Amino acid sequence: MKVKTTLMASAIAAVAGGAMAEEMTIVSWGGAYSKSQLKAYHEPYSEKTGVTILNDDSSAEAVAKLRAMNEAGNITWDVVDVVAADAIRLCDEGLAMEIDPDVHLAAAPDGTSAADDFGDLLVSDCFIPQIVYSTTFGYRTDLVGDTPPTDVCAVFDLEAYPGKRSLEKRPINNMEWALICDGVAKDDVYDVLATAEGQDQALAKLDTIKDSVVWWSAGADTPQLLADGEVIMGSTYNGRLFSVIEEQKQPVAMLWDAQVFDLDGWIIPAGLSEERTQRALDYIMFATDTQRLADQAKYISYGPARASSAPLVGQHADLGIDMAPHMPTDPENAKNTFLYNYEFWADYRDDIDAKFQAWLAQ
Amino acid sequence: MTDATQSGPMLAADGTPLKKSLARSLRRRKLRALALIAPLLLFVLLSFVIPIVSMLFRSVENGIVAETLPLTVVELKNWDAESGELPDEALYAAFTKDMVVAIDEKTHTRLGSRLNYEQTGMSSMFRRSGRQIKKLDPETDGPFKDKLIDIHDGWGDIETWRTIKTHAVPITNGYFLNAIDMRRTPEGAQAQPEDKQILIKLFGRTLMMSLIITASCILLAYPVSYLLATLPMRVSNLLMILVLLPFWTSLLVRTSAWKVMLQQQGVINETLVWLGLVADDARLVIINNQFGTIIAMTHILLPFMILPMYSVMQTIPPSYTRAAKSMGATNWTTFWRIYFPQSIPGIGAGSILVFILAIGYYITPEIVGGTKGVFISNRIAYHISSSLNWGLAAALGTILLAVVLLLYWCYDKIVGIDNVKLG
Repeated sequence: MKVKTTLMASAIAAVAGGAMAEEMTIVSWGGAYSKSQLKAYHEPYSEKTGVTILNDDSSAEAVAKLRAMNEAGNITWDVVDVVAADAIRLCDEGLAMEIDPDVHLAAAPDGTSAADDFGDLLVSDCFIPQIVYSTTFGYRTDLVGDTPPTDVCAVFDLEAYPGKRSLEKRPINNMEWALICDGVAKDDVYDVLATAEGQDQALAKLDTIKDSVVWWSAGADTPQLLADGEVIMGSTYNGRLFSVIEEQKQPVAMLWDAQVFDLDGWIIPAGLSEERTQRALDYIMFATDTQRLADQAKYISYGPARASSAPLVGQHADLGIDMAPHMPTDPENAKNTFLYNYEFWADYRDDIDAKFQAWLAQ
Repeated sequence: MTDATQSGPMLAADGTPLKKSLARSLRRRKLRALALIAPLLLFVLLSFVIPIVSMLFRSVENGIVAETLPLTVVELKNWDAESGELPDEALYAAFTKDMVVAIDEKTHTRLGSRLNYEQTGMSSMFRRSGRQIKKLDPETDGPFKDKLIDIHDGWGDIETWRTIKTHAVPITNGYFLNAIDMRRTPEGAQAQPEDKQILIKLFGRTLMMSLIITASCILLAYPVSYLLATLPMRVSNLLMILVLLPFWTSLLVRTSAWKVMLQQQGVINETLVWLGLVADDARLVIINNQFGTIIAMTHILLPFMILPMYSVMQTIPPSYTRAAKSMGATNWTTFWRIYFPQSIPGIGAGSILVFILAIGYYITPEIVGGTKGVFISNRIAYHISSSLNWGLAAALGTILLAVVLLLYWCYDKIVGIDNVKLG
């Protein structure tokens, strides 16, 4: 009898213990990026609170999967890392929770409110910005001759820079670059691109280099193509180029001109239980404070989304080099930049994508 | 023994008529068999048939407009889309009422994304207007017509209301029309503008390339299977491992390996340049096009052709060919008249397997196909995961499924499905 009670007691204790060992599933992109989050956010958070964090590298399909989970009524994710355009889409679909920055996010150490600290980067009611990254060009220093390119229009200049270039297999960014290099003023780009003639103009410009383009769909493609010498220049995310240049020491350099800024950050899925929502909010409050965002920049060359984090950016954790000059937001790199126009692309993406894909298939 | 001498129906030991008793035991056996396969049947039903059917249903389902804007849809019925005039105040009032409810439930942006597939700009119009309309009180703030047009001039555009009216039906053919490069308009089905037509082309390309891949698999697999079936066991086992080894290797690894082989600075081009067969500045372009997709997919699908062929060829008795030869047939006649006809079931099984797998391939064309070597499945993936236009993705999937079933039916008529053997 006694044995039985002891057994039962320990069984109950085990069940209770299981419920107390808190867990949360955080979804991100995998690779070096997830590693930087693990070091900068997850490990200190687990240490502080005892919450176990499970990683799921599903950000690339996050929108579709969240929609499916929502329809099935079983959301297994607690916090999801997505690009801003996806966050807007999730918010529109009612799949992400709305956030009040001044309630749910930490103020800066000097007392600036979170809303002011993030500023314009709060592009959606559901989106909590984390980093600023950019899509920009890298080129092979040994294949461009004595005059390395300084202007994004080098991409369209087959005479000065013969050889293949790699571009992303979607209209976003490519259409903007094509118009700029076809003489459209930067401020007019989206007005022009909203018209059928403007779209044709951009495609006509891209047509001039179509035979010399390798189209990529994964962020790792351009670094590989550059390292193999398959292309002499190509677009990709700046963090990927940083790793090719500084970590793998390939003869590649950055062409920051006309880089397109984009944002990546967190959303909390709508429809979580109260307890899980609170836990997710607690994590978000911790992981997006000024120091944490600055810490992430030690592991990857993406700029922190808070103004107050920028002065705290230090050196790379392994390479020991200063990270500030490698940030897309560094004044030296950000002389000529573009900000991804979320509203425009939310409207025009399907329309222009259909045209772009039809043009590609010709 | 008394029973046998009795007249009337034959009885079993327990006195019931034998016929009845036999039927009962047969029925019981059938039930037992059914119970045995029930777990599998249930599993297939729950995890395969139901999800597929519900996904296919999305290709026609379109309740969102009428659910989000119920009053507006009723009012729209009274509005003549051809009149060339904006709807009257009653409709704007109904719309405001609907929107206030929708904004509260946050469904107006979802409707905006849905309508944006039909008319570019709807997404931001609903999102932006939502913030303003929220402040209106549908009871007291009328009239709404000018106020709404003030909030966004899109509400003063007849096209907006025509689009909403056109797509207010609960069951739509719109997605299927989109899937064949047409669209639903107030004037009925119309072709998409030429610069947006791509899907029919992709369907055609998918079928064409799958046929080429199946044919090249047959050509390559036939001699290999023949060798496997006829060589002594020790050698053929070794060959079999060579066939199976790539079969067990991850699909992504094999596809990436082809990238290393085929690219312009890759193994094949480097070798050709080194041999002097190809000039350094005129390296072959054999990847990021249809050729790349055909090579990589032929290699990846080859085992699916070899294995059924091999298992059929193994069952062909060598005595037949020996008999033919002993009667004076040449090697070619022996092969063509005796051996080949007996190996056809293997070709048939392999072809079906390879063709059906090829037609739905996604990842390999995405990696090595460039722009001209991608399949319709790449578009389906785009609409599932990026554009979230699941209705269109479902319509494309349904068409693809129908095409496969149709081809299967033709195949059955021409070759005969009984002629297919997996071993």
